[in-house]
Amino acid sequence: MVTDIPDTGGLKRRDVLRSTTLGAAAAGAMLTTDWAAEAKPPAQDVDQAAPLDDGITIDLVVNGRRNRVTVDTRTTLLDALRNDLGLTGSKKGCDHGQCGACTVQVGGKRTLSCLTLAVMVREPVTTIEGLAAPDGTLHPMQQAFIDQDAFQCGFCTPGQILSAISCVDEGHVGSSDEIREYMSGNLCRCAAYPHIVAAIEQAAPKMRKA
Amino acid sequence: MRPFAYSRAADVRTAVGAATGTPGHRTPPTSAPVQFIAGGTTMLDLMKLDVMRPSALVDINGLSTEHGSISVDQGGLRLGAFVHMAAAAEHSDVLRDYPVIAESLQLAASAQLRNMATLGGNVLQRTRCSYFRDTAWNACNKRAPGSGCAALEGVNRRHALLGVSEKCIAAYPGDLALALVALGATVETVGPGGKRIVPFERLHTGSDMPEVETVLLPGEVITAFVVPAGAWTRRSTYVKVRDRQSYEFAVTSAAVALDLDGDTVREARIALGGVAYRPWRSHAAEAVLKGKSLDTSLATRAARAAFADAQPREYNRFKIDLGQRTIERALLQAQAMVV
Repeated sequence: MVTDIPDTGGLKRRDVLRSTTLGAAAAGAMLTTDWAAEAKPPAQDVDQAAPLDDGITIDLVVNGRRNRVTVDTRTTLLDALRNDLGLTGSKKGCDHGQCGACTVQVGGKRTLSCLTLAVMVREPVTTIEGLAAPDGTLHPMQQAFIDQDAFQCGFCTPGQILSAISCVDEGHVGSSDEIREYMSGNLCRCAAYPHIVAAIEQAAPKMRKA
Repeated sequence: MRPFAYSRAADVRTAVGAATGTPGHRTPPTSAPVQFIAGGTTMLDLMKLDVMRPSALVDINGLSTEHGSISVDQGGLRLGAFVHMAAAAEHSDVLRDYPVIAESLQLAASAQLRNMATLGGNVLQRTRCSYFRDTAWNACNKRAPGSGCAALEGVNRRHALLGVSEKCIAAYPGDLALALVALGATVETVGPGGKRIVPFERLHTGSDMPEVETVLLPGEVITAFVVPAGAWTRRSTYVKVRDRQSYEFAVTSAAVALDLDGDTVREARIALGGVAYRPWRSHAAEAVLKGKSLDTSLATRAARAAFADAQPREYNRFKIDLGQRTIERALLQAQAMVV
């Protein structure tokens, strides 16, 4: 469906899409979520096989906030973030663990949220939405991506930034070659790679100081 | 993705019990209705492609408490099967005493995948054959036994030429398995029949039955890999040739380990990747080296021996040349190592 999005008086493009193309499915899922949160105890310890036609209620800690959601067993962490929690910063590129656009941190480690089942997540999750300080000050890596012009279309950028922060945390920023090797799991179709390397080199010392 | 039931197993006994005694549990593990999931990087990928169709997943990450550590002693190296690839790749003892293992892991996948994937799951990673992964192709003896093999006359550039048959020419995709098979590792498992130990070289089965990939039984879990100590483990390296510099499967690769007396080869271990149906140890190439003085021409002779039985197809013939040069380079690099 390729149409111009009409002026919707403050509605975002995504809201329009949700209310039209995704329509009933999205609304249904959200209703289920709200209802389940009221009606069911949390089932974080799933020791019995979950029935196929019933959701599982889980607690996802994302960016320091606990969220209770009811998900199908098939729901990936990426879909739970985007569809259930409305955190659409993490992107769905290939959905097969080949592009890195969905990279988030789980338990402080960079992880592909598209190859992670939401029901299997037991540690806190950090997404691009959780990096800036409460007063809006950007994380040094976010600022460096802006300063170094490290993106064009921006679709891979949230994954690049989460991966880049881990790259620094892991100590793999000894040289630009090492950065390239340890960032190879994040593809950039705009080929902003030289600027991404420059951004990581800019942010690394600031992160260590902080 | 098809619907499935999900449960968690806190220990090995629960895991084994959850995956046995169910209908169809006598089918090969690759097609059993109950599947284990740990890192999930292969399982979820193949479920999204509708290649894997389990009706139930048993989450076995809880077994990492008991089987998630690395230890080294005089007898050798013990790698818990639930250690993540990244942790093993950066382990100081592995880096120092078993560099071929560390390098095979560093050069595999991406940093994200190495954080997620366990060693046990990694060695069980399934082939990247595009006819296997794309269910639009009807002919695939791995997916549907007896249906044929679309790769035989297809685009088979990435396919195997050692250990192949008319039933299947899929290449084994992993890297770690080559280091383990070269070093003569053993695999510890727990299954319906209790504990057992399998030589790594016998873990993966042949291309005569493509739908059966390992000797594991449904419900059998790999708990550890044990690599015996040897004078050759420190002088070991992994050379991986790829279509791009990083984050790519091997076109050809070689894991080698050498014990040298001066330039004379006391012991040699060689395994090949990208070119074989299963993790491929080349005893033929090793035999050429033993007791001889290693130089470029001996390395070439060993490399030729490794490919003596190669059965190339239309698009993968180049791998004989490339594979031989990969072995030569790995041998000479290992010889030049300061240990």
